[in-house]
Amino acid sequence: MFSRAYKTIVTVPPLLWVTVFLLIPYLLMLCYSFWSVSPAQTIVHSWDLANYQTLFRVNVYWQTLLRSMWIAARVTIFSLLLGYPLAYFLSFYAGKRKDLFYQLVIIPLWVSYLVRAYAWKTILGSDGVLNTLLQFVHLTRHPLEFLLYSPFAVVLTLTHIYTPFAFLPIYAALEHIPRNLVEASHDLGATPAQTFWNVIFPLSIPGMVAGATFAFVLSLGDFLAPLLLGGPSGIMISNIVVSLFGAAYNWPLGAAISLCMLALVVSLLFLSERLEKKWSFS
Amino acid sequence: MPTDATPKSALLSIRNVAKSFGKNVVLREISLDIAEGEFLTILGESGSGKTTLLRIVAGFESASSGEVWMGDERLDRQPPYRRRVNTVFQHYALFPHLTVEQNVGYGLRVAGRPEAEIASRVAEALEKVRMTQHAKAKPSKISGGQQQRVALARALVNRPRLLLLDEPLSALDANLRRQMQVELKSLQREVGIAFVFVTHDQEEAMVMSDRIALLRSGELEQIATPREIYSQPATAYVAQFIGHTNLLQCEVRQGTAHGGALSWPAQLPEGPALFSLRPESIQVVSVTKPATPGYVQVRGRLLQQAFHGATELIRVHCPGGLVLTVRTPSGAGIPDEIDLEFSPTSAVPVRQSPGRH
Repeated sequence: MFSRAYKTIVTVPPLLWVTVFLLIPYLLMLCYSFWSVSPAQTIVHSWDLANYQTLFRVNVYWQTLLRSMWIAARVTIFSLLLGYPLAYFLSFYAGKRKDLFYQLVIIPLWVSYLVRAYAWKTILGSDGVLNTLLQFVHLTRHPLEFLLYSPFAVVLTLTHIYTPFAFLPIYAALEHIPRNLVEASHDLGATPAQTFWNVIFPLSIPGMVAGATFAFVLSLGDFLAPLLLGGPSGIMISNIVVSLFGAAYNWPLGAAISLCMLALVVSLLFLSERLEKKWSFS
Repeated sequence: MPTDATPKSALLSIRNVAKSFGKNVVLREISLDIAEGEFLTILGESGSGKTTLLRIVAGFESASSGEVWMGDERLDRQPPYRRRVNTVFQHYALFPHLTVEQNVGYGLRVAGRPEAEIASRVAEALEKVRMTQHAKAKPSKISGGQQQRVALARALVNRPRLLLLDEPLSALDANLRRQMQVELKSLQREVGIAFVFVTHDQEEAMVMSDRIALLRSGELEQIATPREIYSQPATAYVAQFIGHTNLLQCEVRQGTAHGGALSWPAQLPEGPALFSLRPESIQVVSVTKPATPGYVQVRGRLLQQAFHGATELIRVHCPGGLVLTVRTPSGAGIPDEIDLEFSPTSAVPVRQSPGRH
């Protein structure tokens, strides 16, 4: 069909790109993760599993990893709880205003991440909007400290940022449900609630799985929200990786943690694809 | 126009139902009754409003005005899930995540019937449509004809008083379609439930129905038995839509209709009139078959000949610019110059269908 030259032109640049910017860096990371740092701050090409052992022996590392997963899990649940009803309303009841609402959900994605994170800072801080209001109506006497620089602040901000990512695949799944299935369900005597649980919800599961995967994976790897709003108790695993590659100058340990996270994320993606396939029927 | 053949006991009564979407009028003042156990076909071209009428009965659309009654119960105020009416959808609308068995049992399950009853009624329904061996299959794994049967079983298992079928055979190929027409008809006899069948296919309507309601641009053109609608079409549109016909524009003067070079006695008021003359009502006169006294005779020139299996349709150019379509038995040699005749009683006066939008 196509000439050899055409095929070469089309396939070689992407392959080159993947090799230079993905494969080689990952291979380098893999190598680093087996190496170590000498007391004199030089990289020792030692080839052992010491870094991986450190990750699981030193409390701060595995505890932070677990806490990050727990934060990501909460963000996932809240994003689904917010995104699903929104998607359901838009798909089934918004009528002519569907496009308008859809744009309203999408617009925050065009706003810089930093702006949105700082916005929460001004809302949640000791002199922030929320605390001022609470004191003004005499609900509290002193500013509430747990609002900012806490896991709470991180979960709230990440939920705000990643809800559109959970919303989009759910909305797409709901839009793909043929409306005559809903009519058929009503026709067979099912009430709107029965129709939702027996027909609409099961058919939207692939979208939910995709949305949950987005929210979990993106928030697990996030480092800006914990940096800006997390405080000491809201530190996440990516902050540790950043400092290991930076100030701490321990690239080997940083590489080992990164590769563990990569393995975690890849297996999650794999699992979510299996789940989506199991629940799709086209 | 009200029904001319009023059924014995009306199961469903559609009274002055009209529907418009914005400025677009889809149905105008439709009234018709459906009898217990009847097979009624709503026939019409696309855009005639036939599907909308069905959806109003099912409850997916609400009428702009008018009422739908089932016995002494006002149906059009009820949501679809409270109506004892079930629908077979055009594209079957089987639930893709449920097995054949679960699809069929859906209505009983949401109604909260006991499991044992569901199992036995589902088994019985699948038996009836010969789908027992596919009970555990997902809808995507079975053929179109089989999906059709499952959709039918899913509706009938609920023992509705009325079954609505929205062009259920249109997605099947011609052979399967003919087979399903026969199956559907005998199934309907067996279960004794009234069927309202929507189609655009006049042949399908003729084969299956007890009565046909012909819709055109949202108005009821005629409602009658297939035989009556064929032999006594009320309007020129009906005559042309159901089978082939020759429409003869005539002028009636003193009890005689004059059309081109033809004339025959007609007991009609003076003035212009329109007659429908079926191609099979016209015979070719030959040496072996002499002219019949009292028939209208005309000589013409053969224009065209189309083979239709057992019969042929020929087009004959007659004096006065008249072109007649004639159905003749196949195989007979047809000369260029032919003599035709027809009985004056086979020319049926029809109303001119006004042009509508």
